[in-house]
Formats: sequence, structure tokens, C-alpha cells
Amino acid sequence: MYYPPVPTVDPLALGPVGILSLFGVLGLVVELLRPKGKNGTIMLISLVGLAASAIALISDFGAGTVRSFGQMELHDHLGSISELILLVVATITVLISEPYLKEKKIAFGEFYPLLLWSTAGAMIMSTSSNLLMIFLGLEVLSISLYVLCGISRSEEKSEESAAKYFLLGAFSSGFLLYGIALIFGATGHFDLLSVTSVWANGSASSHNLLLGGFGLIVVGLCFKTGMIPFHQWTPDVYQGAPTNVTAFMSAAAKVAAFAAFWRLISAFAPSLQYWLAPLSAIAVLTILGGNLLALVQTDVKRILAYSSISHAGYILVDLLAHAKDPSINYVSMEFYLLSYALMTVGAFAVLSLLAARGKEVTKLSDLNGLWKRNPIAAVALVAFMMSLVGLPPFAGFFGKVLIFSDAVKAGLVPLAAVLAVGSVISAAYYLAIAKAAFVDEPNESPVQRPATLGPQTAFVLCMIGVIAISVFISPIQSFFQR
Amino acid sequence: MIVGKTLREEQGMMPKVFGQYVGILAMLLIAVIIGAVMVTGSWLFGPKKVSSYKNAAYECGVEPVGNARERFPIKFYLVGILFILFDIEVIFLWSWISIFKHATPAFQKFTFFEFITYMSTWIISYLYVIRVGAIDWDETVSLDSSKLTHMSPIQESELEPIGVTN
Amino acid sequence: MNLLVFAVLASAAVLAALGVILSKSAIRSALSLVLNFMLLAILYFTLHSETLGVLQVVVYTGAIMVLFLFVIMLLSTQGNINLTESRDVKKIVGGLAGISLAALIGVQIYLPLASVPAPQFHAPQPIGPSYGAPEPLGLALFTRYGYPFETVSLLLMIGIVGSIMLAKRRVR
Repeated sequence: MYYPPVPTVDPLALGPVGILSLFGVLGLVVELLRPKGKNGTIMLISLVGLAASAIALISDFGAGTVRSFGQMELHDHLGSISELILLVVATITVLISEPYLKEKKIAFGEFYPLLLWSTAGAMIMSTSSNLLMIFLGLEVLSISLYVLCGISRSEEKSEESAAKYFLLGAFSSGFLLYGIALIFGATGHFDLLSVTSVWANGSASSHNLLLGGFGLIVVGLCFKTGMIPFHQWTPDVYQGAPTNVTAFMSAAAKVAAFAAFWRLISAFAPSLQYWLAPLSAIAVLTILGGNLLALVQTDVKRILAYSSISHAGYILVDLLAHAKDPSINYVSMEFYLLSYALMTVGAFAVLSLLAARGKEVTKLSDLNGLWKRNPIAAVALVAFMMSLVGLPPFAGFFGKVLIFSDAVKAGLVPLAAVLAVGSVISAAYYLAIAKAAFVDEPNESPVQRPATLGPQTAFVLCMIGVIAISVFISPIQSFFQR
Repeated sequence: MIVGKTLREEQGMMPKVFGQYVGILAMLLIAVIIGAVMVTGSWLFGPKKVSSYKNAAYECGVEPVGNARERFPIKFYLVGILFILFDIEVIFLWSWISIFKHATPAFQKFTFFEFITYMSTWIISYLYVIRVGAIDWDETVSLDSSKLTHMSPIQESELEPIGVTN
Repeated sequence: MNLLVFAVLASAAVLAALGVILSKSAIRSALSLVLNFMLLAILYFTLHSETLGVLQVVVYTGAIMVLFLFVIMLLSTQGNINLTESRDVKKIVGGLAGISLAALIGVQIYLPLASVPAPQFHAPQPIGPSYGAPEPLGLALFTRYGYPFETVSLLLMIGIVGSIMLAKRRVR
């Protein structure tokens, strides 16, 4: 019998994911020992786990491209940066969660382990070029998210969001798997590395198989990142899910899926001529559709859902620019994702303050008078909105400028123009949110619980981050490039 | 099947391969025959008195009452899903135990740690299942009386989550 | 011989699958599904994937179908549940639209794929006597595919915790 060699395992490369999963298990053990206790300990364990994972990640940052564990794990820059962003997102989510969960009376201790595992799944997904691992990471990420969306079981909207997300997510996983099968059929490997050589040397028929597989995988990833026309789940799920879960989902799922998308696009860049047009159409539809549909929403969570759709469109433009001009690297995308993560999670952190007496209150008018009730939250919210629009002192501006210049450099001027138009449209609804928080007076005095330390820290950190990464943009760029 | 013609088949070893399964095939055949004989036999020779009572879903037992489209306890789903998940966990180990003894020492050492990692998630999940009483069918035994309040209609204001003590 | 065995098994499996969607009683549907799974398992056996066949029987026919059947038993205490729907113009129009869409996509897929030859990347290799047995599967699963394997253990743990979260941890 043939004995395959035992694979080498690079503990440093696997470290961040392993540590995070381990601390998730630890959190579960604590929950297991004291099912009626408070969640403080579990929260602390989660934070320690996230910190330990970040230390493991940074200690090995920029060690060059290493493949370990039977070529399945890919340790490279793109992956490490994505992991770092994911850890930041998870940390902020942990910070805002406890008061919110208590307010909604869903303070289950299992929330934190599931959150950590979900993050680990996203990290697995972003640190592999192996389609099998990308799929498994995606499932670990998504299945935890399905559960987290439905965690508020007494609330119909939360159940609806979990069911919708699960059914459509399972459907899109089917597309992804079918695409992976076709690529495996054409190349005989799960790894995206083999695609380029098969494309260069293969026959016309294997080209067809590859393109078919590419198309199906793109459908799956477009679903996960919420591109129009695969976006229908996004507003309902974002609105129905508990706000802290929405905060996590809106950033983490995108960071992981775009890392995988980037690798896919890089591998398929030689076949650009066949798919540039449809993907450009998706980008245009996503940017314009997301922004226009956001204009008519009255629920803040839905507005932010459509806004996240349009931001996915902006990032797709950068992916296409990379496909057309390989010299454009992932720095702009990762910078954009970092700024997007900070501002979106920050905005949802402010929104999570609005939950009161177990109810979700996220209408635009519910924000009225926030300025008087919680000035710091209101100022932070306005900062996030300005950043989301892309106004100069904030990170969103530089992110958009980077993508815009990438698109122009790659000769995708029409897409760059659409990006600019989309940003202009988006100003209307973002500023409406800011106006609701600052200018409009509430009709009746809404119940507002005082912000506790956790959320307060979270959105102040996000606000500082949004400004800081635009101040320190060139060190960050060189750090990403190292 | 058509394209993947293996060497073994080409060398005319097909009958031998099938030969391994003659026993199973014969058993399947006998099972089908016995089943068919019993069903047709009772259909041929048995008295046929059809009454609405006999056509009920459970001939002997409790008379079904009420609409089928009503809510019923989720317990079985949970037990079923947990069974399937643990079933799949065990199945992964089948291939491992079948090779472990004959493998190289390097393989044994390496896979042992893989196995430990895998089993620890298994055991912790199992402990969790037991701890939260997920497979208790009769909850009146295992839950403390304060947790049983949901059995009686309660006011919404009394709703309070597990895991929060104020 | 090969083709004949395949044709018999495959057509029987397709018939069983049709039985799943066409029979009016839910129990008959489920039992047809059992038959379908069994035939698939035999199909795997003819492909020398004995392990896969056994797993098919154990997991699908054994575990998943028991879940199906028990749920149906719970549901259908009320005699026969009528699974047929009333006739509707929308169904006809929708069916036609569906068929034409399937034809459209089918043509798109078939024309390019028709020219695809059988995969030649791996020349037919002599298969050892243990091909399809659990041993080679174990070797591959625990060496090359060790990382996916561990990820699956994480996934299964999430499944267990998640299902209990959604079903059991109730608000008192």
C-alpha cells in the first residue's frame, strides 16, 4: 500500500486559527461548568483569546509565503492582513455584545464561543488558496452566523433572518461546490495554483470547464459578499439579526469572502476577456442598485445593509482592476476593508445602544435626539457616516481614492466614474442618518439606556481608528506591503 | 462507470469482484422475497373488512385528534440531529482505526495528535449536550423546578433568560 | 456488462427518485428515498468505492432517513396528508418558463461540454486490491487532508452547539 508522507505543520502559521478555536472551546467549557453564571468570565476568555491570536499573528507577520499542512494552509500577506482585520472586528463585537445581549434578554454564554469559531472560520477561509479549505472555512463562518442570527428566539424577525440566511446560504454553497467540482474536473487539484498552468496549456474543453467552475464560484462568493443580483437576503438578515451579530457579519463575512475572491480572480486573470464584462455589470449594478435602494429605506439597519452592498461593489471594482493590471496589489483592497470594517462595526455599535427593554428600535426616527442623550455616540455616528460617504479627513475617503486611482490606472474609467456617482448618491442617506441623530427632535422621549463601558470603548476606538488610519495611511500601506 | 474502466475489469477480474458480494446480494434477494411473500400472502388470503377505524393511521392506540399542522415538541429533531452529527464524527474515525495498526511510526505519531484534537472537540460537545440536558426526553426529571415554569402559561413580564442573574 | 449494470442501477435509482417526488403519501416518498439511497450505494460498490457505499448506507439510509421517517410519523397522525396541490394557471406558466429556462441553460452548458473528452489527467492506474477500502481513505484523510479534517471537527462542534442553542436554550 502507498503510504503518503506525513505533512509538515507550521505551528506559527496555524497558530492564530488554532488559538482562537481553542479559546472558543475554553469559553464553552466555562459555560458548561456554570450555566447560570454571568458571562463576564467567558467574555474575558474571548478577549484574551483574540489578543493571543493577534500576538501569534503579528509575531509571524511578513514571514513570507509558506504553505504547510499538506499545502492546505497558505501563510501569506494577504491572509495575514485579513486575519488581523478579522481579529479587530471580533474584538469590537465582543466589546459591544454583553450589554446588548442582556438588554435583549438573550445573554447566552455560547454566544462568545460561536463568535470566536466564526472568526476562526473566516480566518481559515482567508488563509488558503485551496478551494476545499475555502469552502470549509466558509461553512464554519456561515453556520455559526446562521445560529447567531437566530439567537434571539422569541423575536420573529430574528428567526426569519436565521431561516432566510440559512436557506439561501445553503443554496449558494451548492453553487460554490458545483464550481469547485468543475475546477477539480479540469485541473485534478483543489488548489487555485494549478488553474493558471492548466489554463495556459489546456485544451479548449478544459477552458470551458474552468470558466464554468469560475462562474459558479463567483455566484457563491457574490452571494456571500452581497452583490446585486445575489443580494436579496442582505437587508432582511441584517435587519432581523441581533445588532451585534449584524456588526460582526457585515464586516467579517466580507473580509473573508473578498480574500478568497481576490485569490480566485488572481488565478483566473489570464481568462479575463471572458468574464470582465459580466463582472463589471455586477459591479455597476451593485454600486448603483445598493445606493439607490438605500435611499428609500426608513430603518437604519436596512440602510446600512444596502450601504454594505454598495461597498461590496466598490471593492469588486478594485478586484477587477487587479485582474486587468496585476501590478495593482491587494493593499488598496485591504485598506478599504479595514476602513469599512471600522466604520460599519462602529455604526452598528452605536445602533446597538438603541435596543431597550428587549426590543429592537432601529427606525430612523429612533435616532432623534441622540445628540442630547449621548453626545459621544452621536459624534461617533456622524464620523462613521462621513467616513462611509467618503469625506476627506476620514478613512473612507482614502479607501475610495485608492480604489478610484487603481481603476483609472487599470483603464477601467467607466467603473471609476460609477464609483464616484455612487458615492455622491450615498451622501444623501448617510447624511439623513447624521441629521436624524443631530438635528431632529424626538416626538416622545425614547428610552435610552446609558452606554456602558464596553460599547463606549468600542465606538470610541472605531472613531479613533477611522481617523487614525487616514492619518497614518502611508505607514499602514507599507506595513501591508512588507 | 463508462469512462473509468479499471484495469481490474479489463483483466477479466470482474466476476471475482462480484463474487465477494454474492452473499450480500443473496441476502438482499431473500429479504425482498420474504417481504413480498408476506405482503402478497396477507393480501391474498387475509379477510378484507375495511372500516374507517382500520384505515386510521394507528389502528390500535390513541385515536388521532386534532389538526396535524400544529406545533409539537422539537425534542425529536434535536435528538435526531445530534445523533446524525455524532454518527458522522464516528464515521471519520473508522478509516483511521482500520489503518492505524499497520501504518508507519511517523504516521502513527502524527495522526495520534490529530485524533486527540478531534476527539477533544467530540468529548466537549458531548459533555455540553449532557450538561444542558439536550437529550433529556422527560424534562420534569432533570430540570430543576424553577426551569419548569415554561410548562405553565406565564406572563410575558416573567420572561427571563437563562444565564442571567440580576 | 459494465454498461448494463450501470444502466439497470441508474435507471432504477432514477425511478426511485421520481417516486420520491411523485407519490402522494409522504411515507411512500420517504421509502422511495431509502430505495434510491440503497441503489446509489450499490452503484458506488460497482465503482469499487466500497467505503463510500458503506458510508452511504450508514449515514444516509441509516441516520438521515430515520430522522425523515420519524418526523413524517409525527406529522401524519391525521390519516393521509394530501400532498397534491390544486391546479393553477400559474403552475402551467411557471412550469413552461422553468422548462424553457432549463433548456436555455442546458444548451449553453451542453454545447461547450459536449466537446469535453473524458478526463485524461490521470492515466488509468492499476488499482490495488485495497482500492476503495477504508485504509487508503484513512491514509489520505489523516495526512494530506489533515487540515480539512480538523476543520470538519470544528464544524461538527459548531453544529452541535448551534442546534442546541436554537432548539433548547429557551427563555424561561
